[in-house]
Amino acid sequence: MAGGKEIRTKIESVKNTQKITSAMEMVAASKMRKAKDRMDAARPYAEKMRSVVGHLANAHPEYKHPFMIEREVKRVGYIVVSSDRGLCGGLNINVFKAVIASMKEWDDKGVDVDVCTIGKKAASFFARLNSNIIGKLDDYGDAPRAHELIGSVKVMLDAYYEGKIDRLYLVFNDFVNTMTQQAHIEQILPLPAEDDESLKHHWDYIYEPDAKNVLDELLMRYVESLVYQSVVENIACEMSARMIAMKSATDNAGDIIDELQLIYNKARQAAITQEISEIVSGAAAV
Amino acid sequence: MGMTTHVNIVSAEEEIFSGTAEMVFAPAIMGEVGIAPRHTPMLTPLKAGEVRLQTAGKEEQFFYVSGGMLEVQPHVVTVLADTAIRAHDLDEAAALEAQKQAESALKDSAGKVDYAKAQAELAEAMAQLKAIEHLRKTKR
Repeated sequence: MAGGKEIRTKIESVKNTQKITSAMEMVAASKMRKAKDRMDAARPYAEKMRSVVGHLANAHPEYKHPFMIEREVKRVGYIVVSSDRGLCGGLNINVFKAVIASMKEWDDKGVDVDVCTIGKKAASFFARLNSNIIGKLDDYGDAPRAHELIGSVKVMLDAYYEGKIDRLYLVFNDFVNTMTQQAHIEQILPLPAEDDESLKHHWDYIYEPDAKNVLDELLMRYVESLVYQSVVENIACEMSARMIAMKSATDNAGDIIDELQLIYNKARQAAITQEISEIVSGAAAV
Repeated sequence: MGMTTHVNIVSAEEEIFSGTAEMVFAPAIMGEVGIAPRHTPMLTPLKAGEVRLQTAGKEEQFFYVSGGMLEVQPHVVTVLADTAIRAHDLDEAAALEAQKQAESALKDSAGKVDYAKAQAELAEAMAQLKAIEHLRKTKR
């Protein structure tokens, strides 16, 4: 029986791979549900924060915070959110493509670029590109705590305060639904001004202790909440992308097993036929 | 029934409280403040301590916050609670850590980035993924 044993071993090995991919699919599916819950739980804070900052943009503070002042752009910063692990289809590649396209635009204008990476994939990609990475966060896990992100955000905010960068972008995957994730670039600094006519009358907050301190604290938290939200959203995207990738891998393994099974059956049939004809012709010769 | 104001207490990771109260006490950075309904707009950082709500019927509710921000609008009080103790030194240490991590990633100094090459590489990766997808579909 030609190659029968080899084919059987091959089928076994593909079956083992299929077991792994289908297990990964199920793990990703359950993690995705949790990630989505976390995404929803983080939403009220982001909304409240946005409305406070919205009020603030319409107030008439005696003090203009640097985050609200548009400057001439000499250098830009990107916070790129990616996954820590691979096997999730084109998820990270889509983000990198969007970032690179946007970076190239700035580069053509003679503007330099600084990067802060969140997630191992972004770190290795931008390190290989020789980008100027000024902040980095790896291994944030499936359930990052908001305060774990403080450091990498602060690096960028400090660079903005010191005038090293004049604009800050946040790049992440937007969770549209389980099947669709969309790479998304958002300008976070300077704060894009919103116009709300209903709040235009002249008023201002009482600031305790003073406007500068309060705004520093508030806007720092605002940016952190944006970044936290995007990281949580990116995890949900990662899980759903992995789920889909692993599902198609499992299907592929099934196809391969079917094909191999067919080849194996044919080979077995051929061997039996050959054996019979050998016996028959042997008997006829006697 | 006395006047009430709407109170939201949220942290970056979850919503903690949403409802009405007759009086809100919060540990503002300059000392504890009591907010009655129709208070003038105010914005202040909070220090670690207790946020106390007097709900209708003189019931009291307590929430511990490790810091955060308090926004007061005439009919809404919003507490943006932190999830961890914040201090300038701690933040500074975290930032340094992120920077150190970045430096270890950049063993060879940051040179000029070849964006055209990067785009080509990514396009190739995308093409590979597309080809796999295509192969899968045509095989059916």
